[in-house]
Amino acid sequence: MLNLTPKKITPRTALRVNPCKTCQPVGAIYCALGVHRCMPHSHGSQGCVSYHRTFLTRHFKEPAIASTSSFTEGASVFGGGSNLKTGVKNVFDIYDPDMIAVHTTCLSETIGDDVGSYILDIDLPDNKLVVHANTPSYVGSHVTGFYNMMCGFINYLSLNTKHPNDKIGIFPGFVNPADIREMKKLASIMKAPFIMFPDQSGVMDAPMTGNYEMYPKGGTTKEEIVSLGDCAKVLALGVFTSLEPANVLKRKCKVPYEALPLPIGLANTDQFIMELKKITQEEVPATLEEERGRLVDVMLDAHFYCYGKEVAVFGDPDTALGLTSFVLELGMIPKYVITGTPSDGFEKKAVELFHSYQVEGCMAKASADLFELHQLIKNEPVDLLLGTSYGKQIAKAENIPFVRAGFPVLDRYAHSYFPIVGYLGGLRLTELITCALMDQFDRECEDEDMDVVM
Amino acid sequence: MREKELVLDQYNAKVYKNRKEHILQIDENAEGQAIAANTRSIPGIMTNRGCCYAGCKGVVLGPLKDALVLTHGPIGCGFYSWGTRRNKAKTESGENYIQYCFSTDMQEPDIVFGGETKLRKAIEEAMEIFHPETILICSTCPVGLIGDDIHAIASETEKKYGITCVAFSCEGYKGVSQSGGHHIANNGVMRHIIGTGDTPIHKKYKVNLLGEYNIGGDGWETERILKRIGYEVIAVLTGDGSVEGLRNSHQADLNLVMCHRSINYIAEMMHTKYGIHWLKVNFIGIDATIQTLRDMAAYFDEPELTARTEEIIADELSVIAEARGYYHSKLQGKTAALYVGGSRSHHYQALLADFGISTVLAGYEFAHRDDYEGRDMLPFIKEDADSKNIESIMVEPDPEKFKAFLTKEKYEELRARIPLDSYKGLIHDMKTGSIVVDDLNHFETEEFLRLLKPDIFLSGIKDKYVLQKANVLSRQLHSYDYSGPYSGFNGAINFARDLTMGLYTPVWKFVIPPWKNHSTLQASLAEITGGEEATC
Repeated sequence: MLNLTPKKITPRTALRVNPCKTCQPVGAIYCALGVHRCMPHSHGSQGCVSYHRTFLTRHFKEPAIASTSSFTEGASVFGGGSNLKTGVKNVFDIYDPDMIAVHTTCLSETIGDDVGSYILDIDLPDNKLVVHANTPSYVGSHVTGFYNMMCGFINYLSLNTKHPNDKIGIFPGFVNPADIREMKKLASIMKAPFIMFPDQSGVMDAPMTGNYEMYPKGGTTKEEIVSLGDCAKVLALGVFTSLEPANVLKRKCKVPYEALPLPIGLANTDQFIMELKKITQEEVPATLEEERGRLVDVMLDAHFYCYGKEVAVFGDPDTALGLTSFVLELGMIPKYVITGTPSDGFEKKAVELFHSYQVEGCMAKASADLFELHQLIKNEPVDLLLGTSYGKQIAKAENIPFVRAGFPVLDRYAHSYFPIVGYLGGLRLTELITCALMDQFDRECEDEDMDVVM
Repeated sequence: MREKELVLDQYNAKVYKNRKEHILQIDENAEGQAIAANTRSIPGIMTNRGCCYAGCKGVVLGPLKDALVLTHGPIGCGFYSWGTRRNKAKTESGENYIQYCFSTDMQEPDIVFGGETKLRKAIEEAMEIFHPETILICSTCPVGLIGDDIHAIASETEKKYGITCVAFSCEGYKGVSQSGGHHIANNGVMRHIIGTGDTPIHKKYKVNLLGEYNIGGDGWETERILKRIGYEVIAVLTGDGSVEGLRNSHQADLNLVMCHRSINYIAEMMHTKYGIHWLKVNFIGIDATIQTLRDMAAYFDEPELTARTEEIIADELSVIAEARGYYHSKLQGKTAALYVGGSRSHHYQALLADFGISTVLAGYEFAHRDDYEGRDMLPFIKEDADSKNIESIMVEPDPEKFKAFLTKEKYEELRARIPLDSYKGLIHDMKTGSIVVDDLNHFETEEFLRLLKPDIFLSGIKDKYVLQKANVLSRQLHSYDYSGPYSGFNGAINFARDLTMGLYTPVWKFVIPPWKNHSTLQASLAEITGGEEATC
């Protein structure tokens, strides 16, 4: 496996090998799927949306709907205005969403299609809406596309009506439906009325009923996105994902925000809870304190399987940092912390974490790829690999225990139905990590070293 | 013709006008049933189609294990086509490019100022790290728009490093589907690779397997059977294929064409240039495999080979006999709908029929009219603006390498018996009342599901869970749901096993919760009465 990867690291400035990121539009689609009765629409050639739907379906094992402007050579030369007009008409006619969320592609961006003015020229059916976001594939990554689409919704819809709704807005970041459910649970326990935006729970984990619903029950409603402008505050979870939309909302509707790390692990979840406490002035209920206590208990129980073990963490910036924070709490050493997404400040944040736990010999890198990670591991190996499905090749090549977390996980089932955020998410991660390490030990140890009790 | 109209009637006038030409309800008594195909999808229709790049890089070039395929473009396209088509491939050395994704990961400045510098640099870095003997450059949408000259860079690379480097302008907006990309890939491979090898192959019964992408190991299972009989497979295009194999493929005595759509250009060009006839084969399905093996034996027409063919058929059949009977009993009488790329929707009907399953609907994602109606109608296809944009290259007989395997008389005699240099198409094998849909979209999938109520819907990942959520078994025929092989005799059993698992998994019984079929009122009364009796 990956036998062509040499140990010797050669600097590269142009060749990307085995990327740890993908392009903006897939993030834009995932974001738009978190809006109730919304059809994501890709303004580009139809291959883009085919790849994105395929990819999202493979991660969630759920239908991922999206339409396309189906550019051909003609549209690429003359502009995609009429394709968009026809597309919007047909989507409303045939699929009847309440809203269409258009995002651009590298094709429509390169030819300079002005999607905003195209939309203004379209006669829309009553009570139907079209919003858009610019998501050029040659800038940033899928994470960028995700938050650009959030900004698109806010720009089009959110309003400050001067009538506060006494709610907080929660921007959950690029996470799984189960993570969103967990965040909602925590906010509810803390008695904080909230608007979750976007909200893919109930959409990308819709139940099996025997009837296919194109628009399942979940998703942030249009009214809720409008009402974000009247929120008292926004909690922007994951600074690399949620800060930009929080800024846009602040500029547009004067809603203040607090940017927090994704609540992965103890400290980050504590911070989330403390922030909710500050807002609601409510005491933290005993049930939640007990839930936290159970996580600490298990982490203590299992600490000696984790302490000092070296980990390579990779994935989207906020997820990777959250996981890094958590493995540090377990006493592990995050030797390599890698994201493919170009992000200013990622490395600095990771280094701050290294320092706060006084671990040494760790490195963090943004705009990196998995080929480089593999080479690093070949030079100085790790005990555990923690990241997306694309780590499985490295895990096999180097025989490293591997825990899947983040986006995408294409090769396992039910993963998106369990949170990695919150105290519950910490419990799950502890189990996954210790099981991976201990399974490897059991599989490879000498017969005389096999312990029935561990 | 009821179902077709019931679906179409729900469209607005413009969509109706377009889609009515793409849906056909079969009438076996009608002459020359025609269908519109290989035309643009309507924006907003939620087509399942992909793009030119997907056809070129994803389908045809991606499986080549000894070529470094470099995507020139922003990161997405390369990323999505990385290790996701299940083209199994192995090499003796363990060095295998298909585990890798290579991209120039173009950034905004590259789009503004041009990406040629970055492409050159990426090639330089690839040479330094991987030392490939072949680099294939595939461009994505913005590359064509900004006008990077990838072909010039390819020839420059060949001179500079002394390797083979071929560029493919397969920007996603070209053509109307993946199909344009197949054609572009075929052109490049034919122009630059096929016939460039000079390793003499002194074997009898030399064949190439064309349009076999070794999904789930199909190609390996087919090769296993062919080798047992005594055939020598020189090259596979392109599953588990290699540039090395392709170079020498002009020495074959016969080309076997599996996926007609994606590879017929090469088959035709090799016929013209090297005199190699092609045979439309189908190794999907037990009876289909037997027929194909007999057709091949007829082509070579040597008693020893014919005898060996029958011997292997009998042996393979005896191995699967028990399983075949069992699965037939589990599957007989079921109905299926198929919606796949360009040939599988035809091939798999044979396999379904082996187990008593009838086909109620079949459609192709990116086929042309000849895939539906047969190649006899080729002269009648009108070129449109989109198909004209895809280059058709012309080849001449090669003065040194052309050889005719058959005499003219033998050729004519064979052509009357076996599908030599010909393909009858999908419609030919479909029954009256069944439906053929070109470029089936999401809406039509849901509607036909409701109207035709197939037990099994064989399709792709994008609609798999739509169908499953609607209580219908859906198996992916692009990826085989990570199972396979489905080819040949053993593959047929694998397929039947997977269908049986899907139809008989106990989980279906739990979809409706027990309380949904249970009257709450009666239940509570009964409980109350029960409770009182207990107290008394």
